[in-house]
Amino acid sequence: MSATPVLALRGVSKRFGAVQALTDVHLAVHAGEVVALVGDNGAGKSTLVKAIAGVGPADEGAFVWQGRPERVTRPHDAQALGVATVYQDLALCDNLDVVGNLFLGREIHRSGVLDEVEMERRSRELLQTLSIRIPSVRIPVASLSGGQRQTVAIARSMLGEPSLVILDEPTAALGVEQTAQVLDLVERLRERGLAVLLISHNMADVKAVADTVAVLRLGRNNGVFDVATTSQEEVIAAITGATENAVTRRKARTAEAPQ
Amino acid sequence: MSTDVTKSQGEPGGAAHDGAAPAAVPATDPRLLVREQGLAGYWADFTRRMRSGELGSVPVVVGLAVIWLVFWLLDDKFLSAQNLSNLSVYVVGTGLISVGVVFVLLLGEIDLSVGSVSGLAGAVFAVLAVNEGVPEWLALVAALLTGCLAGVVHGFFFARVGVPAFVVTLAGLLFWNGLMLQVLASDGTINLRDGGLVRQLTSYYFTDVAAAYGLALIAVLGYFTAQWHEHRRRTAAQVPARPVNEIVVRTAVLAALAFAAAYMLNQYRGLPLALLVFLAVLVAFDFLLRRTGYGRRVFALGGNTEAARRAGIDVAAVRISVFALAGTLAAFGGLLIASRIAAANQGAGSGVLLMEAIAAAVIGGTSLFGGRGTVWSALLGMLVIGSISNGLALLGSPSHVQYMITGAVLLAAVVIDSVSRRTQRTAGRT
Repeated sequence: MSATPVLALRGVSKRFGAVQALTDVHLAVHAGEVVALVGDNGAGKSTLVKAIAGVGPADEGAFVWQGRPERVTRPHDAQALGVATVYQDLALCDNLDVVGNLFLGREIHRSGVLDEVEMERRSRELLQTLSIRIPSVRIPVASLSGGQRQTVAIARSMLGEPSLVILDEPTAALGVEQTAQVLDLVERLRERGLAVLLISHNMADVKAVADTVAVLRLGRNNGVFDVATTSQEEVIAAITGATENAVTRRKARTAEAPQ
Repeated sequence: MSTDVTKSQGEPGGAAHDGAAPAAVPATDPRLLVREQGLAGYWADFTRRMRSGELGSVPVVVGLAVIWLVFWLLDDKFLSAQNLSNLSVYVVGTGLISVGVVFVLLLGEIDLSVGSVSGLAGAVFAVLAVNEGVPEWLALVAALLTGCLAGVVHGFFFARVGVPAFVVTLAGLLFWNGLMLQVLASDGTINLRDGGLVRQLTSYYFTDVAAAYGLALIAVLGYFTAQWHEHRRRTAAQVPARPVNEIVVRTAVLAALAFAAAYMLNQYRGLPLALLVFLAVLVAFDFLLRRTGYGRRVFALGGNTEAARRAGIDVAAVRISVFALAGTLAAFGGLLIASRIAAANQGAGSGVLLMEAIAAAVIGGTSLFGGRGTVWSALLGMLVIGSISNGLALLGSPSHVQYMITGAVLLAAVVIDSVSRRTQRTAGRT
């Protein structure tokens, strides 16, 4: 893990009218590291992601990219730096095949005509290096399963050779097997030396793939934890804002019951 | 049991990412969609497509065969050379309008103004060329530009202002029809000059038998060369290629159809210029749609507009250009219709023309829901509609019967479209 983080946010704040969505938030993501961003609904996760992706720029705070401060005010700025965002709705065209979706908006041309052969070759190569299993790169995305669609969306983000990949709830709508596929893929992104910011509600997923957990609560930082040395209860306590709450009480009860 | 315990102790904390991700596996899942060699493989692949709702042009081809068979049994003049040759000229005008409709349908929108625009184009041409004495080619360009401009206006209000295309083009239907009546003004009907450029479009035949056979030969050779070239490039790049025997079979089928059509046309007056124009337009726009970045953007917009926007596609520009294209093709179709009836009159562009143009695209297999279809559906759909009206006319049936039958066929096509879409959804989620 390199000393300089790929992305460091310092003192980020954002207001929507009368609502202070983010207050003085700090976040650092290093190359080869999976950082899980967790928090309850309304904690500011999406607002923070939009600030990083340039969709909804922050009002205050520093955006430090590989040690240099940068200004990100449009999605294009973030993409140019090397931030790839996979939104929860995936933004795939159901009627296009896998190749068409991967290269949508950046088609390869050969004397003015689409170079389908080259795009198909590169698609297979990309899917192969990410160990993504798809029935065929020439079938419409509509006929893929939810997990396969998610992996296609993630693979597409990789075409721009990003340094940071943001995944917004990648496993929210997936079954057990498909979740495992996506988590495998997240690990492969890390092995390739990318920084990954994973937004998730699912503590099991966070525990499974993340190195670090950053907790947001009511728009503020509420602790950054090392996954290996932190118990799930501590993280949940940070999310809910108390060590004594409904979740821990229930845990305690169920733990005592069998004895 | 004991081995399990020691194993879990060997991985402190049991953190899942201690285990490395599985080694690379082939990108294609070998369990699925690999076609077996030989005929059995083709049959299995075909039934799988049918079951999962990828019907493509199968229903319309089957339907067309049934229609031809029925009319032939009722009156064997239906499949005579003269009748088929006339049919091939009849379908061209509405067919060209339908090509533009296919583009609009691919966006998931509809253009109700194409009938009026085609009538307007015919009127503009007739007034300029006949009344004002403008050279015919210049009048033709002016008529096409009129259609293009009408399309740009529709596209602007739809894409930039955000009015639903249905309403914009409904307004266009009225407005352009009114403008046509204004242009024709005093004289209700303007007869086109015999032997003029536009008149020739539907009256000229290449009487030399070499023309029709030559065109068939060029089509077959061109298709085979393109397929063979693609096969070699794919093999060189080590991506799956269409097997050689499949290319040969496809080329053979095309050759049989092309030469049969050429033989038939030569039995009457030879290759009609109108048919040549229509085929050229179909090939050109098929290429535009399937082989260029522009076509890919049209499909993407029909599939998921938001995804297209996020991929950096200029949504408004593509939408305006598609409506401009539909307007231009409607104008071109209008000129061919004026050419066929040798006049521009006040009734042009009204009646069933609009319905036929949209119905042809849908009957031919282009989805009303956007994102699925080909320009060839304009040809196939028009052949169905043209055959019905032509066959019923031969049998001496009144036109209201024709309306009812065409309406029923359109309903059947839309039902097939809707059901296949639903089947695709369910098949896609297995």
